[in-house]
Amino acid sequence: MSDTLAIENPSLEDPKIFQFHQEQAGLEVDWFKQAQQAAWARYLELPLPVRTNEKWRFANLSRLRDTGRFQPAGGELSQVTVDRIVKASHRFKEVAGRIILADETLAAPVELDPELGKKGIIFTTLTDAIVKYPELVQKYFMQQSPELGSEKFEALHVAMLRNGVFLHVPDNVEVDRPFVIYNWTVRDKGAIFPHTLFVAGKHAKATLIEFQESASPGTEHLVVANAHLFADDGAQPNHTIVQNWNQNTLSLQLNTNNAWSDTNAKSTLINVGSAQARQEVHGKIFGSGSNVEMYALNVPTENQEFDQRTLQTHIAPNSRSDLLFKNALIGKSRTIFSGLIIVEEDAQQTDAYQTNNNLMLSEEAEANSLPGLEIKANDVKCSHGATTGRINDSELFYFLARGIPRNKAQELMVFGYFEEIVEKLDNQELADYVREVVQHKFMD
Amino acid sequence: MSNLEIKNLNVSINGTQILKDFSLTVPKGEVHAIMGPNGTGKSTLAKALAGHEDYEITGGEVFLDGEQIVGKEPDEISRAGLFMAFQYPSEIPGVTIANFIRAALTARLEEGETFKAPAFYKELYEKMDLLKIDRSFTSRSVNEGFSGGEKKRCEILQMAMLKPGYAVLDETDSGLDIDALKVVADGVNQMRGPELGVLLITHYQRLLNYIVPDKVHVMFDGRIVQSGGPELAEKLEAEGYDWVKEAAPAGAGA
Repeated sequence: MSDTLAIENPSLEDPKIFQFHQEQAGLEVDWFKQAQQAAWARYLELPLPVRTNEKWRFANLSRLRDTGRFQPAGGELSQVTVDRIVKASHRFKEVAGRIILADETLAAPVELDPELGKKGIIFTTLTDAIVKYPELVQKYFMQQSPELGSEKFEALHVAMLRNGVFLHVPDNVEVDRPFVIYNWTVRDKGAIFPHTLFVAGKHAKATLIEFQESASPGTEHLVVANAHLFADDGAQPNHTIVQNWNQNTLSLQLNTNNAWSDTNAKSTLINVGSAQARQEVHGKIFGSGSNVEMYALNVPTENQEFDQRTLQTHIAPNSRSDLLFKNALIGKSRTIFSGLIIVEEDAQQTDAYQTNNNLMLSEEAEANSLPGLEIKANDVKCSHGATTGRINDSELFYFLARGIPRNKAQELMVFGYFEEIVEKLDNQELADYVREVVQHKFMD
Repeated sequence: MSNLEIKNLNVSINGTQILKDFSLTVPKGEVHAIMGPNGTGKSTLAKALAGHEDYEITGGEVFLDGEQIVGKEPDEISRAGLFMAFQYPSEIPGVTIANFIRAALTARLEEGETFKAPAFYKELYEKMDLLKIDRSFTSRSVNEGFSGGEKKRCEILQMAMLKPGYAVLDETDSGLDIDALKVVADGVNQMRGPELGVLLITHYQRLLNYIVPDKVHVMFDGRIVQSGGPELAEKLEAEGYDWVKEAAPAGAGA
């Protein structure tokens, strides 16, 4: 289940780190080893991001330049810690499956409803899948990239990744209960590289919910995560990530959502944690008749920075994409939203929407919004827009005039503002949990 | 001292004085109407009583059952027992009527008291039935996409649930057709009684056919210029407001 280390983990700065890490992982699958080797070479070659690059405009780069001191996580955790993590990884009454990873190591055996296993569903750790279904994983693994600026970190992710989750729902299989992943960071100065691969076959329907948390508030972490969603014709995948790493975490989340024909593919990011979170999401629409939805609900407080870059690329005609990223900013927090819709020449009759709303709850918060369109087809319906506003005074007075105190009124208004996203989660337990974490941000 | 007592209230907006030594007493259990032409300060009175920060009280006092409310925060004034039904209620996206009223009631709980959801919903549904508000409205966002009549009924619903000692209804009749007006008036009439004092602010006499006031006050240029019984409203209806302007004390309205 886990490796015991004879020597101290080297840091990312150590020239032998890659070799050491790959030997530790001990995965004897050639294509994967080669992919990691090539990624490591790419990582060493690629430059660090610079602010003059449009893809990093407004971003705080100092933390990203100082990742060498982190050590790729590994080694055994104490039973007390594991027990505590497993106990806390319980947010749904009924699930289709559950995987709990602590510092990239399984904290409990993989759970999958045996009935679903019989239907051919694969829900297991990525390393297990690479060994058991090498060709199937290879068909999807790193076949798509967000292409939004984090190429160096993506290479680091591939080189260092040690675990993750592979969910494969075969054609015509529908599952109502969610598959749930709990990803925990534990050791101080630990770096983890979780990878989620969600493949929905033709007319398959499934929900994957991923919780990202830290076992304690004071430790420091680097997280470079990837999540890739593949929706085959007629598939209806729904993927949510609740990013709640502790507030000393530098996290990167590099995602792609890939949709073929007649799909209904939804992905939602909930962001409350991290000192700095960089997220890249690329929705690619390869087929017609698809509806791709991309949502985000972000509540940065204190000095948090949430930096989100998105692409909606319409390659095939007659599809729709809808992006709605909503921020409520508290304290001295910062957000960056940079979104681009690309409609390729052949993608006629595209409907593409992109909206970024910022609700400023403090004078010192800063929201940067860079929406954009690049349309090469001539018969499309596209819109993009960003709004930045404060709490509406007459709405606030209405609450006060009913005897509701100012802080409670503000909280309810922010809840109301986010309800548009929360109701799209399509899961009552998840919606309640999200409301709860948002409320916690107000009590801090 | 069971009354709403307004004494020599002076109110300015952006440095312009609107209310001028305004005085009026509404005893608990009575319904008083204030009528007057547009721009005479009726809505200013409502907003100032509710504690709106844009309405600067430069002098005077307001007592709610003897408790001074000038200088208090709007939420404190509300919890002290003064309800304001808005002329133009705000739309609150994403906050349901049930949650909104629940938050208002929760804010009124004494220490150690807990909110009782089943009793709350039972009462809410009863009041909604009475006001002919469809029960599905509980899960709709406050006032969002409501018609004028629905908004006003929603105001009266809130009043019925919060059970204030005093209510100021600011132009509650504006924008209502006759059927909606009757429903709203029925709702107010049902609440009439020894535990409630009402100040009805209106431009038209029409509302007073359905909510018959104990007293009618005519307001002009920031103060009351004449008081009387319901017959005063009929005179205004028949003769308009011109005679009020002439009857106003010298200097007023100049």
